[in-house]
Amino acid sequence: MNASPHVERDAHYNFGYLDESTKRMLRRALLKAVAIPGYQVPFGSREMPLPYGWGTGGIQVTASLIGAQDVLKVIDQGSDDTTNAINIRRFFARVTGVRTTESTPEASIVPTRHRIPETPLREGQIMVFQVPISEPLRWLEPSETETRTMHALAEYGAMHVRLYEDIAHHGHIATTYDYPVIVNGRYMMRPSPIPKFDNPKLDGNPALMLFGAGREKRVYAVPPYTRVASLDFEDHPFTVERWSECCDLCGSRESFLDEIILDDQGTRRFVCSDTEYCGQRQAAQAHDAAPEDQA
Amino acid sequence: MYVAVKGGERAILNSYRALAQYRRGDETVPELTLAQIRQQMPLAVSRVMAEGALYDPHLAALALKQAAGDAIEAVFLLRAYRTTLPRLGDTEPIDTGRMQLRRRISSTFKDVPGGQVLGPTYDYTQRLLDFSLEDGEARTVASARAPDAAGATPAPLEAAMPRVTDLLQHDALIDPDAPPPGDPAPFDLTRQPLGFPAARPARLQNLARADEGFLLSMGYSTQRGYGNTHPFAAEIRYGSLEVEMMIEELGAPVVIGEIDVTECQMVSQFAGNAQEGPKFTRGYGLTFGYGERKAMSMALVDRALRAAELGEAADSPANDHEFVLYHSDNVEASGFVQHLKLPHYVDFQANLELLRRLRADHERQHARPTAAGPADVPATAVDSPAAARQEVQTP
Repeated sequence: MNASPHVERDAHYNFGYLDESTKRMLRRALLKAVAIPGYQVPFGSREMPLPYGWGTGGIQVTASLIGAQDVLKVIDQGSDDTTNAINIRRFFARVTGVRTTESTPEASIVPTRHRIPETPLREGQIMVFQVPISEPLRWLEPSETETRTMHALAEYGAMHVRLYEDIAHHGHIATTYDYPVIVNGRYMMRPSPIPKFDNPKLDGNPALMLFGAGREKRVYAVPPYTRVASLDFEDHPFTVERWSECCDLCGSRESFLDEIILDDQGTRRFVCSDTEYCGQRQAAQAHDAAPEDQA
Repeated sequence: MYVAVKGGERAILNSYRALAQYRRGDETVPELTLAQIRQQMPLAVSRVMAEGALYDPHLAALALKQAAGDAIEAVFLLRAYRTTLPRLGDTEPIDTGRMQLRRRISSTFKDVPGGQVLGPTYDYTQRLLDFSLEDGEARTVASARAPDAAGATPAPLEAAMPRVTDLLQHDALIDPDAPPPGDPAPFDLTRQPLGFPAARPARLQNLARADEGFLLSMGYSTQRGYGNTHPFAAEIRYGSLEVEMMIEELGAPVVIGEIDVTECQMVSQFAGNAQEGPKFTRGYGLTFGYGERKAMSMALVDRALRAAELGEAADSPANDHEFVLYHSDNVEASGFVQHLKLPHYVDFQANLELLRRLRADHERQHARPTAAGPADVPATAVDSPAAARQEVQTP
């Protein structure tokens, strides 16, 4: 399934847009990030032809890793069809000419914004997350000098206090996305603004998870099979959302659902946020319904 | 049946067409040429080169044309292009004391060697709309070519005019600015991430690329009392100079081009401390092209950022390194502000779900003590999709 068959490779630009020495600089930073899971590695972020805040970190990480044999899937909000995902996919088709896909199992590199696919990832795959603000302590402490010191000392009490205050005020932890995690028992990390529903997928995942913050000039990583624990308390364990509804299109009860407003009377439906997962399930159901069809 | 947002690709391609039409405007009006932009909007070209951190008037004009006159969009185009350029080497430091000047003023001395030269400035134009520009510019061009007011053709400026701050330095009244011997290659902001505390080379590089409006406001804030530095504009100069590069094979520096720059040196008093007596200190501003407002603002902010190392109170926004240097870049700021246009419905959905749950909790709690009428209890709290949702613990 080729998502953007008609984008031509633009020979004016180097493969992957970045020059080779910039790619090497990025790979060095990524190797350090993999060696120290969850630690934010500063890197010499470049201006990319897409705006800061629109995925320049993930785009640079992807550009430094991608090879001619790679198969690229790009998602935003779980969907291959959002304008931002299309734009990034078109960009890489233009500057690399690699094959693009919507299929999660087929892809070797998956740049994403705000979701982890529902289809489990496997060894050898790379997820690349777009990160707007890399520092998990930023809303508690605006100064970078201070937060770097807090990480060095593993001084994370302030975050526990904030979560506790949520429980005291609301009875719940009021963080629903970009929910802080501790990686490999050491560094506190922002998982990027994925819903906390996706946090458990980070834990022990066989795929390599790379995070790029272009504007903030940081990369970090969760290597395969690394322990990723969402912050919680013994008496308030970490929980994720489940819906009593199922997906209106494929009937899934396991996936993250988007609420779709159908009219101004409050009518709404729920559908899978991961459109590829939803599409696969619908296709399989159609196949099951007519098994002898064109066998 | 709801169809998940499809057709994004076609929408993007259609937006390219709509933008091209919008940018071109009425096709009965002749299209702008890059030469026209370069020659007749040189201040816009200067700003785009300065903040785009790339000295190329032709490409800056192209960026302005492509950006339909939006300076920040043009800066962004130039920066993105800059990423693809190879880094061949470093030029020799420029010596602004050897500039071919077109303008040079000092507000600290009535007369200085070389004199005060107003040059091309809007300063004393009286801002009355010039309706003669409406129908072509025959009259203005004619007056520009006329001999000067006294009837004489203007004499060429002296080849080299010493900088006013150099005169002060003679008397050791001001901190020196010459690089010390063996000065290492400076930090390169475009190749290395900014770290804190940021040394002055890193700060000046950041300010040189910074948004003019941001620097203007930060500089202005110091004048109004948020970290006042009591500055004087010792000298502002605008002109052109040659850029040289050492070519190893030739063993000598070779001129590779000529650039226009604007330089501003602000002078502020420093009270002195245990180690050194009172003296003047510098705030420095330099921009590509002709950018006096930016150069002056930059000099004010540079001086404000030195407050802590000079042992002064440094508690105003313009004194805060992280605050100033992290928020000065308009390509970064524009991208991040405008990324709010991108879809956020997954996160919004997660927040919506939480908010409904919190409101349901709130209504339940507040319904209980009144107990006057069970009919008050909102039925929707039970029926709403949000309330039907539950949290489950993960293994």
